Amino acid sequence: MRRALLVQAALVAAVALAIGWFWYNAAHNLETRKIASGFAFLAREAGFEIGETSGLAYSAADTYLRALAIGLANTFRVAAIGVVLATVLGVLLGLARLAPNWLLARLAGAYVEFVRNVPLVVQLFFWYALISENLPGPREALEPLPGVYLTNRGIFFPLPGSRPELVGFNFEGGGALSPEFAALLVGLTTYTAAFIAEIVRAGVLSVPRGQRDAARSLGMSERQALSYVVLPLALRAIVPPLTSQYLNLTKNSSLAVAIGYPDLVSIANTTINQTGQAIEGIAIIMAVYLTLSLSISAFMNWYNRRVALKGVRA
Amino acid sequence: MNAATWRGLAAAVALLAPGALFAQSTLDAVRAKGFVQCGVNTGLAGFSQPDSKGVWRGLDVDLCRAVAAAVFGDASKVRFTPLTAQQRFTALQSGEVDVLARNTTWTITRDTSLGLNFVGVNFYDGQGFMVHRKLNVKSAKQLNGATICVQPGTTTELNLADYFRANRMTFKPVVIEKLEEVLNAYFAGRCDVFTTDVSGLVSVRGSRAPNPADHVILPEVISKEPLGPAVRHGDDRWFDVVKWTLFAMIEAEEMGLTSKNIDQALASKDPAVQRFVGATGDIGKMLGLDNRWAFNIVKQVGNYGESFEANLAPLGFERGLNQLWNKGGLLYAPPIR
Repeated sequence: MRRALLVQAALVAAVALAIGWFWYNAAHNLETRKIASGFAFLAREAGFEIGETSGLAYSAADTYLRALAIGLANTFRVAAIGVVLATVLGVLLGLARLAPNWLLARLAGAYVEFVRNVPLVVQLFFWYALISENLPGPREALEPLPGVYLTNRGIFFPLPGSRPELVGFNFEGGGALSPEFAALLVGLTTYTAAFIAEIVRAGVLSVPRGQRDAARSLGMSERQALSYVVLPLALRAIVPPLTSQYLNLTKNSSLAVAIGYPDLVSIANTTINQTGQAIEGIAIIMAVYLTLSLSISAFMNWYNRRVALKGVRA
Repeated sequence: MNAATWRGLAAAVALLAPGALFAQSTLDAVRAKGFVQCGVNTGLAGFSQPDSKGVWRGLDVDLCRAVAAAVFGDASKVRFTPLTAQQRFTALQSGEVDVLARNTTWTITRDTSLGLNFVGVNFYDGQGFMVHRKLNVKSAKQLNGATICVQPGTTTELNLADYFRANRMTFKPVVIEKLEEVLNAYFAGRCDVFTTDVSGLVSVRGSRAPNPADHVILPEVISKEPLGPAVRHGDDRWFDVVKWTLFAMIEAEEMGLTSKNIDQALASKDPAVQRFVGATGDIGKMLGLDNRWAFNIVKQVGNYGESFEANLAPLGFERGLNQLWNKGGLLYAPPIR
C-alpha cells in the first residue's frame, strides 16, 4: 500500500517535471527568437471580416476574442443542427436496414456502405461544388417556391415580415443559408447518419428475439412491440456508441476550413497567422474542443443513466 | 485537422524542444545537410510553380537557387517546400525551411513579432481587385455589398477590411485557404470579386482563368505590398547571406552582367566587376562563402532582369516599380565593395 503510494507520487512528479521542462523551453525559445507570447493579443483589434456570424454582431473593429467567439458560435450552430438531423436520418436508415421490404433494406445498406467508406472531406468538396458550381448567380436565381431563391450565394427564404430581395450584387432580407454552411451541414449529417444507422441496427438486433415474441403473445401489434418493448431496450445499447458519433460530428466540423465555413478552427488559424502566436492559438482550439466534447459526454452519460434499467448492472 | 493546424501544432512542439536545436547557425546547418530548404508558394505562375516537367520555376524560386549557388557553388542544391499563406510563418519559425521566398509582404508586425527578418524586396506590389466582366463594374468604389473571395492569413484580408471601413462600404468575405479552392469559388461565381496582390491577379488571370477576357482587374491599387524573402530572427550571418544574394542579382543587372557574358567578365579590367566576380578582394570570405559566390549566382541563375524576363514577362508583367533605380524603378542595391 505504502509502496503503491510512493510509485504514484513519483509518477505525478515525473509528469510535472516534464511539463515544467517543456514550459521552460518554450518560453526560452520564444524569447530568444523574439516571437510574441501570452494572451494579450486577444484584446487587440482583429481587423478581418467574417462571412457569417450566427446572428451575433461582429465587425473588423472587434477584438480577436470576439472573432474567436463568433467562430465558436458557428461551430456550435452547425454541430447542434447536425446532431439532430443526423440522429433522425440515422434512426430512419437503421430501421430501414431491418425492414422486411427487400428493396428498402438493400437501398439503406448500399447508402451506409457507400457513404461511410468515402472520406468526409471529399464529400464536403462534392456538396460544396454541387451548390457553388451548379446553381446560377443571384441575378438569374431559381425560384422553386414564391419568395424562395436558390443561388450560388446560398438559399434565401422569406421570414415573417421580411422577404429576400435582390439589391445590387446579392439578396438582402429574409433568411439565408450560405453555400458553405449548407454543404457542411449536409456533408456532416449524411456522413454521421450512416454510422448512426449501423448503431441503431445493432441495438435493435441486440434485443433477444424472445422479448418481441413475448410482446406479440401478449396481443401487441408488430408496431406496438417495436415501440413499447424493442426500442426502449435497444436504446440502452444505442446511447453509449451514439455519444461517440456526436463527438465525431462535432470534431469533424473542423473540416469546415476546407470549404471556407468560418468555424472556430478557421478563425483560430487566421488569428495564429496574423499574430504569429501558434502555441496560444492551438491551445485555444484544444481547450475549446475538449470542453465541447466533455460537455456532450457529460450530457449523454446523464441521459444514459436515466434510460438505464433500474437495479440492473449494465 | 487540416494541414495548417498540423503545422501550427508542429511549430508548437518544435518550440517545446531545447534551445540548443536553434543555437546552431543556419549556414553551418545548411552546409552540413548539403542543400537549402526553401519555402515557396504552392503554385503561383511567375513566382513559384512547377513546370510541365515538374521543375520549379519563378522569381522566388530563382532567389532560392541563387542562395544555393552562393553557398554551394551549385544552384541545384535546393529543395522546395510548397506552403500556403497560413503555413508559411510557422514553417520558417519551426526550422522546417531555411528561407521563406513566397511572395510575402514585409510589414512591421511581421518583422517584429513573428520571429523573422525580411532581407529586402524582390517584387514591389500592391493589392487590387478582379471582377467578373459581366457585372460591368468599373471601380472598386462600386463594390458595396459585394461578395469577395480572399485567402486567410494574408495582409490582403486586413487591407480589404480596412478599405471597406474607410469607404463606408460593406462586403461578404468567402475565406478559403487553398488557392485552387478559392479560385474555383470565384470562377464558379460564388464571389463577385477576387482580391490579392495585383501580381497574383495578373498571374491567375493569365494561367488559371477558363477565359481570361471574362475578368477585369479594377484600376484601384489599395495598398503597398513590398514582397520579399525572409529568414529566422537572430541569425545575422544567414541573414547577410540571403540579403546579399538578392542584392547581387540586382547589382549584376545594373552592371550589365548576365549569365551569358559573366565568363568574359572574369577578365574584365573594371575594378568593380573584378570585385563582384571575386577576381580581386575577399567579399565572399567576409560573407563566409566562396569568393566566387556572386559569379556563381549570375552564371547559374542570372541577374534580376533575366529572372524577370524568363518568369514574369511571358505572363504580361511590366517592369514598372520593379525596374532599376536609374531606369525609373525602385530596385537599388547598396554597393558591393
